[in-house]
Amino acid sequence: MFIRQISVFLENHPGTLREMTELLGKGGVDLLALSIADTQSFGIVRMIIHSNQIDLAMQLLKDNGYIARINHVICAAVPDRPLGLAGLLAVIEDAGLSVEYMYSSLRKGKNGSAYMILRLNDGQKAAQVFALKDVAMLSQEDVDNL
Amino acid sequence: MIQTAQTNAKKKGLIQMSAKEHLIYNPARECMSRDELHAWQSARLAETVRREYDNVPMYRARMDAKGLKPEDIRSVEDLKHLPFMQKTDLRDYYPFDLLAVPKSEIVRIQGSSGTTGKPIVAGYTRNDVDVWSEMMARTLTAAGCTKDDIVQVAYGLGLFTGGFGAYQGADRIGAMVVPMSSGNTQRQIMMMKDLGVTLLCCTPSYATYLGETIREMGLVPGKDIRLKAGCFGAEPWTEAMRQHLEELLGIDACDIYGLTEIAGPGVAFNCLEKNGMHVNEDHVIAEIIDPATGEQLPYGESGELVFTTITKTGMPMLRYRTHDICSLTDEKCECGRTFARMSRITGRTDDMLIIRGVNVFPSQIETVLVGTQGVAPHYMLIVDRVNNSDTLEVKVEMTEDMFSDTVGHIEAVRKHITDQIKSVVGIATKVTLVAPKSVPRSEGKAKRVIDNRKL
Repeated sequence: MFIRQISVFLENHPGTLREMTELLGKGGVDLLALSIADTQSFGIVRMIIHSNQIDLAMQLLKDNGYIARINHVICAAVPDRPLGLAGLLAVIEDAGLSVEYMYSSLRKGKNGSAYMILRLNDGQKAAQVFALKDVAMLSQEDVDNL
Repeated sequence: MIQTAQTNAKKKGLIQMSAKEHLIYNPARECMSRDELHAWQSARLAETVRREYDNVPMYRARMDAKGLKPEDIRSVEDLKHLPFMQKTDLRDYYPFDLLAVPKSEIVRIQGSSGTTGKPIVAGYTRNDVDVWSEMMARTLTAAGCTKDDIVQVAYGLGLFTGGFGAYQGADRIGAMVVPMSSGNTQRQIMMMKDLGVTLLCCTPSYATYLGETIREMGLVPGKDIRLKAGCFGAEPWTEAMRQHLEELLGIDACDIYGLTEIAGPGVAFNCLEKNGMHVNEDHVIAEIIDPATGEQLPYGESGELVFTTITKTGMPMLRYRTHDICSLTDEKCECGRTFARMSRITGRTDDMLIIRGVNVFPSQIETVLVGTQGVAPHYMLIVDRVNNSDTLEVKVEMTEDMFSDTVGHIEAVRKHITDQIKSVVGIATKVTLVAPKSVPRSEGKAKRVIDNRKL
């Protein structure tokens, strides 16, 4: 139950993020979720888009000199209420897993849930544990329908 | 010693009209007439060329290629016929193939950075260590050092010649040596204060940093800190830096010059006139050449400095091109020494950088990048001086292979590059990852260095 994510390398100075989002926006790419990891000198932008736009986005990025790559992450649905996220994190902790990064979807979830994008230290194990503990995960198809 | 007083910057201000008094370690040599010197140099040059020809196959081949025999070199005037030596020779004949004596005669190895990944090393016989110590003893004496002085050595003690050179010179004089090596500023200042150190040897930028830290700690030069002079070298500095240092610490700040290939620090030194550095001409012959044609240039003209050692036995150097640009003068100096003086180094004929006293070649960094998997060989070096300390930033372009969606992975790559550079170049750098194609490409020789230091 993994979905595809695009990561892009950006230098950490004014204008770089705008330029990149403008490039994708003009190409008609719709951002469903986005996060920025920044260090003093560089940043990593991670984003989720519809799978039928991934090739287009990668092409646009590469043609314009960006370093980008696709990898797989988990999108989990958690109850959109206090302690909803804490419950998910408790499952992760009990399983001896750790979160490498996490961010939330820009789209509102269905049935009172919020969508969290996660990368854990062991993705395969996480998927098994989530299935066992009834943590709802979105498939790529679910994401494409957002 | 011919005279025994000492001026310092403070006194100079008070007693403006008094003549400076100069200490000379070896007047018989340092004040010999130019004619005597010429005869001295000619005899030793001929001997050195003979020894080099008989014992170093590489140099014999070079002389043979020019149809030169040792007997063709009889005087200093014949020097211009000899082939040059270069830093690349020390790399190509690393580590022992330039020795003119059996390896068992070598008592010391010192080293410096080479132009690529490997350092260069020089072998010293007992005689060579003595020659070097004598040159440094003269250097320190010229700055006012006697056996009553306490000398703090804050140059690195190791393969780098700075630390050992200063130690040996002070030891030769019989002064009290405090071998601190570099770094640990608080402890340096504590020893300086507690022991009453009178002479400091380190790089000029570190001296400035020490001086500013001393002031920040509320210590008063002249009262808490009793320095009277310093011998500063291993990196380029300016007259403005000298004045700043002299005021900061209340000292005479003397410039010294040297290089591992020739001996180490002390090849040339300031006397208290501080008007050029006296070359120890009874041990080395200095020439200035046109770097493009290799032709000798007359005194007064600026060009590339070339040294020939005439008393070294372990690894003699004949017409060694330093790539440093300066000029020479044999005008008489007020101090009484007859040795010619070299001006400050005004530039380089190659792209060598001096960062915190360490020689750094862009090609060394390139070697590391090319040898690191997934890293592009496109880079830019940004040199600056922050708080009197040189900084070197290495901009490296991000590649597909280096990139990851996690900061941890990218930081690990960055750390790996930083560690690799440190292990080759010997200094810490700041590696910055930049966007692909952001380092300018150019036809032919790319501009790889931006030096923002005001030197």
